[in-house]
Formats: sequence, C-alpha cells, structure tokens
Amino acid sequence: MDNNELKIGSYTLTSRLIVGTGKYASLELMRDCHAASGSNCVTVAVRRERLVDKTSGRNILDFIDPEKYILLPNTAGCFTAEEVVRVARLGREMLTDSGFRGADWVKLECLGDTRTLLPEPVGTLQALKTLVTDGFQVLVYCSDDVMLCKRLQDEGAAAIMPAGSPIGSGQGVLNPNAIRIILEQLKEKNPDYPVIVDAGVGTASDVSLAMELGVDGVLLNTAIAGAKVPLQMAKAMGLATQSGRLAFEAGRIPRKLYATASSPWEGRINA
Amino acid sequence: MEVVVNGQIKQVVDGISVQELLDQFQIKPIRVAVERNREIVPRKQFSATPLAAGDQIEIVTFVGGG
Repeated sequence: MDNNELKIGSYTLTSRLIVGTGKYASLELMRDCHAASGSNCVTVAVRRERLVDKTSGRNILDFIDPEKYILLPNTAGCFTAEEVVRVARLGREMLTDSGFRGADWVKLECLGDTRTLLPEPVGTLQALKTLVTDGFQVLVYCSDDVMLCKRLQDEGAAAIMPAGSPIGSGQGVLNPNAIRIILEQLKEKNPDYPVIVDAGVGTASDVSLAMELGVDGVLLNTAIAGAKVPLQMAKAMGLATQSGRLAFEAGRIPRKLYATASSPWEGRINA
Repeated sequence: MEVVVNGQIKQVVDGISVQELLDQFQIKPIRVAVERNREIVPRKQFSATPLAAGDQIEIVTFVGGG
C-alpha cells in the first residue's frame, strides 16, 4: 500500500499533508509552495467579497489547479455554531458546479476567543450535528481532549483534527500523550478512522513527531507561509510528513536507559 | 431603492436582480456565493432573483486561510 495515501470520507488524498492558503506574500508564492509541499488538498476560508478596490480581479481560486487539488473549505473565524453552519453552506454553494472538488466536505472551526484561538467544544459539537444532518462530511478542528474527540467521532465526524498547540503558535505537539490516547481510543472502533494534527506546527520535526505518533495526517499553514524561505519549508514539511509516516509504520525501537552495543563483543583483539 | 450589501448601504435600481448587482460590482458569479436575507441564492437563480428594498445581501468568496 502507498503509505502516502489518506482516505477521509469519500476523498482520497495522495499526500498526508493538508496545507493552508493564508498569509502568503503573494498568490504566486502560495501556488509554488503548494506544489513544493507535495500536498493535493488545500484549505480555504470564506470572507466577504470586496465591493471596491478589487485587485485586478485576482481570485485565490485562479492560483489553485482544480485538476490537482481538492479544496477543503473551512469555517475559520467563526465563534458560534450558527456562524459555522452558515459559512459551511456558503462554502458548499461556492464550490457547487465550480469545477473544483470539495463541495460536500468542510473543516469545522468554532473558536472560543481571539486570544487563544482555541476551539470552543460546545459550539463545535452543536455545529457538527447540524452539518452531518445537512449531508456534510465534517473534519473537526478540536482540542486534544479524548472524551470530546470520542464524542465527535460518535456524532459522525469524518475525521477529528486535534490541535497540537494554539493556531500559528509554532509550539508543535505540546502533549504527545494526549494524541496517543486519542489515537488508541478512536482507532479501537475503526483502525482507519482519520486523526489529523491541525495547528501549532512550527517546523519539520514537529510534523515528523506528530506522524511518528501515528496520526494519519497533518494540517498546517503558518509554518510554511511564515518561514524565512517558504518554498524550502514547504518541501521540508512534505518530506517530514512522509518520513514520519514511514518511521511510524516501520516501528521504532523501545527506549532503554542503558546502551546496547551495535558491534559484536566476540572477536575483539584485546579479548 | 436601498439595499445592504456586505454591511454597506447601497443605492440600486428598483427590482435589480442578483446577477445585475454582481455585474455592477464587476464580480464574477462563478467565484462567489450570495445570501439574500440569510437564504442562499443558488448560482443558477442569480438572474431570476430580483432584490427588494431593504434586502440584506452577503456576497462571499474564498480567501487564503488555514
């Protein structure tokens, strides 16, 4: 099996890395970074169209190849379940008959406040229920609380996406044991159930660590867009995703307190 | 008549359709979704949907985000 392939709901991604589209210095740089990352799934936000000063009619979708990329609309910036549902439906409407794939799924993001940007669990759960009833395949951005994650899985989330650390903070996966417990418990019911670390990644080793824990994928944005050389970081993130997955599947050796020699003791000339 | 578009009060011709409103702002219909009084107007219905005075219109598009 191709270890880079990731199935979420009815979609099959050819990379376990999902990348954002925000904060790039230019749309051209964004497009190039997407290509360098090896991802084929990018997430986009919904905002009011500008009525004046439209920058020469350039739209972000003109810099995303519909043949290559699956779009994942998100509800970034929503603070209530009502807003989430409204934005999700607008995203679906935009992608319907647009030539892009991704109309029937959404990254649910329901935030608690602007300072932490941490997910608000009650609104998240409420929004999930409505969106599932409405026919969406829902990828849920949530905290790394296993009880919440189990509940979201039971309510029909297509994937759960616990935060490694706060959005854009670059702190990496702050509580690997929480992620381990989530993986164990959610995959008991379904070994293929997708768990994706979303948010907080700072550099390639953060991605590797997450993947080595056994998560199915990583979603990130700022770590590439905010790097000194975004194009190079995009490539690093793609490689880290792959190498982390390979290492997870290969199975690491147990940690031991004392050394174990790699060379044989027998046949030493001074024995 | 007056309508509210993306939170701004705008003067438009009486009975203007959603499509005509988009044309006025030079917005390509393929790249947006439109709500009229919190109800989504399907793209196929843009030309057949006239606005009424006081309508609240939201025109949204995709932007960069994570």
